[in-house]
Amino acid sequence: MKASFTLSPRLLPLPARGERELGGGEREPAPRMTDPLLSVENLSITMAGTPVVEGVSLALHPGEMLGLVGESGCGKTVTALSILQLVPRPPGRITGGRILYKGKDLLALEGEALRRLRGDRIGMIFQEPMTSLNPVFTIGAQIEEAVLLHRPVGRAAARRRAVELLDLVGIPAPARALERYPHQLSGGQRQRVMIAIALANEPDLLVADEPTTALDVTVQAQILELIAGLRRDLGMAVLLITHDLGVVAETCDRVAVMYAGRIVEAAPAFEIFSRPRHRYTEALLRTIPATNPPGTALPSIPGSVPRPEPGRWRGCAYRPRCHAPVEPCDGVRPALDGPAHRARCWNPAWGPASNPDASAA
Amino acid sequence: MSALLEIRDLSKVYPAPGGAGVRALNRVSLTLHRGEVLGIVGESGCGKSTLGRALLRLIEPTSGQVLFEGEDITALDRAALKRRRRDLQIVFQDPFGSLNPRHRVGAIIREPLDVHRIGSSPERAARVRELLTIVGLPEDAAGRYPHEFSGGQRQRIAIARALALEPKLIVADEPVSALDVSIQSQIINLIADLRRRLGLSILFISHDLSVIRHVSDRIAVMYLGSIVETGPAGTVMETPTHPYTQALLSAIPRPDAAGRRERIVLKGELPDPAHPPSGCAFHTRCPFAMPVCTADPPALVPRRHDGRIREAACHLYEPAGAETPHAA
Repeated sequence: MKASFTLSPRLLPLPARGERELGGGEREPAPRMTDPLLSVENLSITMAGTPVVEGVSLALHPGEMLGLVGESGCGKTVTALSILQLVPRPPGRITGGRILYKGKDLLALEGEALRRLRGDRIGMIFQEPMTSLNPVFTIGAQIEEAVLLHRPVGRAAARRRAVELLDLVGIPAPARALERYPHQLSGGQRQRVMIAIALANEPDLLVADEPTTALDVTVQAQILELIAGLRRDLGMAVLLITHDLGVVAETCDRVAVMYAGRIVEAAPAFEIFSRPRHRYTEALLRTIPATNPPGTALPSIPGSVPRPEPGRWRGCAYRPRCHAPVEPCDGVRPALDGPAHRARCWNPAWGPASNPDASAA
Repeated sequence: MSALLEIRDLSKVYPAPGGAGVRALNRVSLTLHRGEVLGIVGESGCGKSTLGRALLRLIEPTSGQVLFEGEDITALDRAALKRRRRDLQIVFQDPFGSLNPRHRVGAIIREPLDVHRIGSSPERAARVRELLTIVGLPEDAAGRYPHEFSGGQRQRIAIARALALEPKLIVADEPVSALDVSIQSQIINLIADLRRRLGLSILFISHDLSVIRHVSDRIAVMYLGSIVETGPAGTVMETPTHPYTQALLSAIPRPDAAGRRERIVLKGELPDPAHPPSGCAFHTRCPFAMPVCTADPPALVPRRHDGRIREAACHLYEPAGAETPHAA
């Protein structure tokens, strides 16, 4: 194991592009820690007219790691994709809200300004490393492309950079590895290549959608270690989308739990795991084998995540599966309430109940 | 408990150009007792799925024996194997790929009864209804198609099909890995319940140690085609002996408020099974590797570990039969 992944000292300093607006290569003045780097405000997204994300707000500060968790179909991936305008349109449509990156609205960007930001200041790792890499190009060409698109350097410099990046993400014999095609690599190696591409220009923000789900646990441990090192050394912020509560507990500063297109609970990681408030979070934590004595019957959540449908419910979306419903759950949607530990629940496992959601009226 | 299944020196070698071939399974020996759940754990490429398939002869093993109730399955001819398969069934990981989308659920569950010509048509229909009830699905599910069901429900259908012939042994190959956490627990509970009610023996294959820990009586840990450690589930999980088991356990992120912990992070990845390292296959990644490890493959035998006898394939520990006791 390398002692640490110090990116900057080991990588060539790359020249910045000539002119820069948002997304230019040069670092902007260091933001104050109190300003969020990324701020998603009241985001709503529909797919073919059906709401899939409703009123989602998130804030991510420099160097911070935020975990976005929930079951399949709860809207995590669509939320992440919308940050870089990667939601396919149609059928997708952003119907409300803003996404501010360093105070500028990402949803208002288009064309060159958007391309300049993608893969430069904001990197993204997608879930499936096999389908995210182009099978007919060598991995060297794909990493170099990420550099050449954003920096005024020649092929030789881009190639040197690619070698450094592969070394950084722990691929043995990196110069030789550049000549290989995606199918010649293992799943773990492909995921490392994806990470190398996402990190090629030392982004301020990394959006990582299930970056370790397809990997073995020992490889997952390596990748998580790598991401932690880059946060420490570069002050990179990370939005981690995952269904693995164990990964969240060990890596994230804060957690947001999504259910049926909405955030139902948001709090510091320690709080979520020691005192979950929303009954969904509580149930999720209870169902996993690791929190139960071996051989005992596991608590389970009946039913499954409801499919999105237009104008789906008035009350709490989790009501049909909840183990502790109370009277208002059926008719009135609870607001995401609380100071540091917010939850959208009429009968929380801990702390005071929510108020009615004013926006639902 | 008596042995239901005894695997002896089972190997599977795939031919490879210009060499010794890829040794996917390297002289694996295991015993599964009646009514027992034996967990097989390891990372992708370790041979755990090959093991599950080779013992059912879905893949023909290269050498070794599989004794089921004393009868060597590897020596059976086609007709005898088909008869024996009534006792040995498998549930696969992918509940989407393992059910024919063009067949109704009733036909899918009935197929083993058709193949083995068991019962009359109305008897088979009654058995299908019974099986649906056993796995917690409504009887009218028989008339519907797989796509109308969720992942968890499909896995219930696959389990019902595996139970149709009243097998004695089920190989469950990553049966919950494709499912969401809230659904995972339902299927784990179902499998545990069926085991109790039907007295099933189960070979439970998974990469997920917390699932394996939860369901298994005993555990065998595999690495690059070989078993590196085996023992009672609690013992292996609480005081792992082999350095690979230790690393694997420490790599699992735990969902609790304790936060970050010291972790053993292994170097590199699984070596290429076409060119396995000399000596102990794990020595290239082992934090405790010694010169002997590169030369001499350690045997899976009882060894002394902190005053206890443990079954592990590692030179760090003296074989329990040795003259000189391990310095405790």
